[in-house]
Amino acid sequence: MDSKKPDRRGFLKGAAAAGLAAGAVQSASGQTPASGSSPKRGLKDQIAYGDRSRFVTSIREPAEGRPSPDAFGLTFHVVTPLAESVGIITPSSLHYVAAHRGFYVPDIDPKEHRLMIHGMVDRPLIFTVDELKRLPSVTRVHFLECIGNRAKPTHKSVAQTHGMTSCSEWTGVPLSLLLKEAGVQSGASWIVAEGAEEIKGASSIPLAKAMDDCLVCYGQNGEPVRPQQGFPLRLVVPGFEGIYQTKYLRRVKVVDRYYMTYNDYGHLQKDPKVVALTEQIGPKSVITFPSAGQQLSGPGFYEISGLAWSGGGAVRKVEVTTDGGRTWKDAEFKTPAYKMAHTRFALAWNWDGKACELMSRCIDELGTVQPSRAEVAKFWNEPLTPDFRPRGADNTIQLWKVASDGSVHNGNFA
Amino acid sequence: MGILRRLLPPAMALGVTMWAQSPTYRLGRTPTAEEMRAWDIAISPTGKELPPGRGTAKEGADLYVKKGCAGCHGPTGAGGKAPTLIVTKGAPTAPGAMPGMDMGIQPPGLMAVSAPYATIMWDYISRGMPLGKEGTLAPSEVYALTAFLLYKNDVIKSEDEAMDAQSLPKIQMPGREGVKPPPEWKHGTPRLQGYP
Repeated sequence: MDSKKPDRRGFLKGAAAAGLAAGAVQSASGQTPASGSSPKRGLKDQIAYGDRSRFVTSIREPAEGRPSPDAFGLTFHVVTPLAESVGIITPSSLHYVAAHRGFYVPDIDPKEHRLMIHGMVDRPLIFTVDELKRLPSVTRVHFLECIGNRAKPTHKSVAQTHGMTSCSEWTGVPLSLLLKEAGVQSGASWIVAEGAEEIKGASSIPLAKAMDDCLVCYGQNGEPVRPQQGFPLRLVVPGFEGIYQTKYLRRVKVVDRYYMTYNDYGHLQKDPKVVALTEQIGPKSVITFPSAGQQLSGPGFYEISGLAWSGGGAVRKVEVTTDGGRTWKDAEFKTPAYKMAHTRFALAWNWDGKACELMSRCIDELGTVQPSRAEVAKFWNEPLTPDFRPRGADNTIQLWKVASDGSVHNGNFA
Repeated sequence: MGILRRLLPPAMALGVTMWAQSPTYRLGRTPTAEEMRAWDIAISPTGKELPPGRGTAKEGADLYVKKGCAGCHGPTGAGGKAPTLIVTKGAPTAPGAMPGMDMGIQPPGLMAVSAPYATIMWDYISRGMPLGKEGTLAPSEVYALTAFLLYKNDVIKSEDEAMDAQSLPKIQMPGREGVKPPPEWKHGTPRLQGYP
């Protein structure tokens, strides 16, 4: 680099000194610069690893207002800013983060990391990360979703109601390939997948699922899995709730029973119907634009846009209503409908400037239809009050209310 | 493969699923017995993975202070920054807070009261506590702390009753009744038939 060239940071500092950064000053292009707009990294660093525009400010926020980091310095649940999302890939740095107990993001040297396959196998094996990368790879797009991803009356944005789901392109080795290398013994029925972080989070996963489509991933969105997402190895269990997606994967033990680990503990229920609703995610969708907290600038054309997904397979159809459910129209898919992946849908819409109610519902390839809160309350024979809380994972329809002034509100609980 | 498929149904009728089992790539190495033993920290309800050692509630009461548990969970096992561990005696056994579960599925409640097997408590204390020093407790210390929480929550009646690999899995936990593992998962089926 030519050190004599004026660098951008120096220029901006000069501009700030000249008073340009004071208050909401308009830039030459007429746009308002973001506050504190001086880039944190030098040009050389930015050329080596690019930043987004300083005018793009969407960030993750703590879920449920629970501080992250918390009082113990643990990273806790943070949500993806879905309102600003486009397409189906969540930038890795905006992928939601969830942790059963909260966690200290481990600083793992991939050269030191190992994955052990053992238990009810003929040939226990230990792999290095480099060995795993030598094996035939698979790349697939899959969503992850925390079971805590449920809309509440207090929620004021789609990030708060639905932000604990994100979608990535994952690259790795099929877990079934590794299990076949090890030779699963007869009588095995479950695996215990365990991480290398401080708490060594472990989940019991049905062997049938492990042999079906689980991936031991080292890649996410074209680069190594990020540390907050499990670097250097993450087990992706497509369509299952988030807790099964074991980060920092270091051990897979093949066993003959449900192990009731600490992670499994939250799934231990008396009612088998509830238990069934805590593993595979049901068909689900949400409109991300217009959504609560956003503002329509006036009557006219808008493209209603949203995300649909299902743990049961690909999204077959998404229907959208703009009149509170009296009529439903088929939405257009803007992306391929991959299995167990976010699918971007849209519907052309001319807003007449009157108050209206927007909803979407997802139908997956199994023919399962995303239910309303009323339908779920009826299934459990409970009254539909604002407090009604669907048991297991909540995949109910989200209602957004558009007021005549163009403001958009969470309408589920009104 | 076609022949294999025709041969499979009798085996599947017996509930046995068969996987292709021969190694193809021959990468990775065989772990040593010591590696497998050291890494194998998940404790099943049978308790067969529990290591040797023993501890009583009386010993656990000392450790609860000495190991710093009281600092986060409160001197009485309640009222600290970290989740409640002990239900006040005589008070209704309201489910306590469960670590990290406050926004997930309905918390099944305080572990010592609602865990179906005491092995779950042992497993969690062993792998997850104390915060920042996880995995440093000796097996006997984990037995003692587990016994302490069981005693304080009225699950065992004597503070001198020793917990070890034999006695711990046999504890009749009040939360045991009716707890079931998830139903069998099958590719390409809805999560719950009949659910709207």
